[in-house]
Amino acid sequence: MDGIFLQQLINGLTLGSVYGLIAIGYTMVYGIIGMINFAHGEVYMISAYLSAIGLALLAFFGLESFPLLIFGTLLFTVCVTGLYGWTIERIAYRPLRNSTRLAPLISAIGISLILQNYVQLSQGARQQGIPTLLDGAFRFHVGEGFLQISYTKVFILVAAFAGMAALTWVIHCTRLGRMCRATQQDRKMAQILGIDTDRVISWVFVIGAAMAALAGLLITLNYGTFDFYAGFVIGIKAFTAAVLGGIGSLPGAMLGGLILGVAEAQFSGMVNTDYKDVFSFSLLVLILIFRPQGLLGRPQVTKV
Amino acid sequence: MNMPERSSLDIRQPLLDSVLAGLVALVVFGPIVGVVLDGYGFNLQPARVAWIVGTVMLGRFLLSLFLHSASGRGWMQRFEGSGAGVQVLAPDYRSHLRWIVPLVLLAALIFPFFASKYLLTVIILGLIYVLLGLGLNIVVGLAGLLDLGYVAFYAIGAYGLALGYEYLGLGFWSVLPLAALAAALAGALLGFPVLRMHGDYLAIVTLGFGEIIRLVLNNWLSLTGGPNGMSVPAPTFLGLEFGRRAKDGGVPFHEFFGIAYDPNVKFLFIYAVLLLTVLLVLYVKGRLIRMPIGRAWEALREDEIACRAMGLNHVLVKLSAFMLGASTAGLAGVFFASYQGFVNPTSFTFFESALILAIVVLGGMGSTLGVVLAAFVLTVAPELLRSFADYRVLLFGMLMVLMMIWRPRGLIRISRRGFAQRPGVAP
Repeated sequence: MDGIFLQQLINGLTLGSVYGLIAIGYTMVYGIIGMINFAHGEVYMISAYLSAIGLALLAFFGLESFPLLIFGTLLFTVCVTGLYGWTIERIAYRPLRNSTRLAPLISAIGISLILQNYVQLSQGARQQGIPTLLDGAFRFHVGEGFLQISYTKVFILVAAFAGMAALTWVIHCTRLGRMCRATQQDRKMAQILGIDTDRVISWVFVIGAAMAALAGLLITLNYGTFDFYAGFVIGIKAFTAAVLGGIGSLPGAMLGGLILGVAEAQFSGMVNTDYKDVFSFSLLVLILIFRPQGLLGRPQVTKV
Repeated sequence: MNMPERSSLDIRQPLLDSVLAGLVALVVFGPIVGVVLDGYGFNLQPARVAWIVGTVMLGRFLLSLFLHSASGRGWMQRFEGSGAGVQVLAPDYRSHLRWIVPLVLLAALIFPFFASKYLLTVIILGLIYVLLGLGLNIVVGLAGLLDLGYVAFYAIGAYGLALGYEYLGLGFWSVLPLAALAAALAGALLGFPVLRMHGDYLAIVTLGFGEIIRLVLNNWLSLTGGPNGMSVPAPTFLGLEFGRRAKDGGVPFHEFFGIAYDPNVKFLFIYAVLLLTVLLVLYVKGRLIRMPIGRAWEALREDEIACRAMGLNHVLVKLSAFMLGASTAGLAGVFFASYQGFVNPTSFTFFESALILAIVVLGGMGSTLGVVLAAFVLTVAPELLRSFADYRVLLFGMLMVLMMIWRPRGLIRISRRGFAQRPGVAP
């Protein structure tokens, strides 16, 4: 094991945990209404802007300490992004619940174009950024080189896993989670048993958007820059992660995210950084060809 | 609003809806529109937020008021009942618009004699998008496969000409069929494994494929020149070039025919060839949808399980639509490259795919006339309304969402003439 491998492993894990967070949004929506929410990448992009705006506002009001600043921004970003998720579902997907199969997909493309262009028009096309908030790193000597893990990366890993743990708790131990699982298994039956499935679907969109919001804040902390086009590539990658883990499965999304992140980081460390996106997209095509049900998913059986 | 209804109208509900919508709009639009990031600081722009929130509230109020009125309720009901697919006309039905096709053809023939160079180039661009729209219409509209990486096949056509000229010395005419073949082959390679699976995966795989092609074109500097692009030769007429002077000591077109040099001739020639190609594609498509394969596409779009139960090979049927669509895009790519005289990867972004999809969606999935009209409206209108250029993408997005809610089958519905009973045959 040499230093570069370990370094890229750490980078990959941090990146992958964030992919996993975004993949949750795809996988939950797919599990519950069986559509691919193409606009989810754009929701992530919005949350990156929102977290920068939140930081700027809080800093303007004189908040200095790191934990308070992060917590306040997180709260702000999650709430507003969650409302974005709700609004998108309400406007673009709910009226199409009984429409043709292609209609929600095309509507999602429309929403994604709208969000991109709306952010570009209101915030400008140039790249935006935030200052580094957490300085410093742990350093270890490994063989000849040394391994560097910045505090930001540690924070990202901890926060991402905390977010996933919180979601797992919500899905497995709360009333809302039970309703989500019931709706996912059989929407019509859940409706007959008195579950307001429309409301559950709305909540699923809000939860997915909230997870994307956490991811947006974390990625912004790590890279410091973003632009209005950032959601597109990350959206496809997170979808790849969701498919890799088995679409419809929550642990699968997290696992798929981690695997994709590590694979991509190793590829860019060993082969070439220019083609790392090509690598991820090719991985998506290959998974779909050879194992479309993913690692933890069940094969799809169509019943008449 | 109709006055007699108003007394029976409950004004409270629309007001409540409006206030709620306003609150949501304030939270949703407030931070992004009102706080503009500037370096690490920000500028406040409260006036823009107020405008947007006001518009949303007013719009929601009017919509709510309308939907609570009697005519609105009737409108809602018609809305929900409009799910039927193809409109079947009487066997002897003659359209009132049947004179329009010869008229449009006549206009297309006369028009180049009067057009300026600028108008000619705009129309050529429009025709290229007609070709792309027709191709995607086979894939999305007829076969019901959502292809989000359609621009990749367009890029294969365009770069096919550029690379073929650069490395193999091929010209416009030899690349034209080759590009269609290459694009169809790429479509088959991509489509064969993916088409076996659930339909939605195709959308995301094609999206990924489109990006792969663009990234490779952008990063493979030694082959494609990367972001700098490549130059493309102009088309030739039986080996005669349209430039002022021919290369390698040949005779240029205007000297051969003894006419004065006119830079427009090149575009006129592209226009003529393109028009012929579009007419050919229209004809082929018109025949295909009457053939068993065309019927199979549409049947598969409506109900895949039933089709497979009837013994249709769904992979081959889908693959044929996918390949035909791809080869049409390849043709369009060759025209685009020779019209521009230059290609670079920025012409093949996801936005192009979305634009072509918008053409198909607006025109009506499966409807040929609708797609032709929509292609011209969506490509020529932005050229004429330059001041709205910034809002173009926003408008396309809204158009897609509204069309899906309002008329998922497009503005011009597909209609097909029914069959008459033959005399003497029992029904």
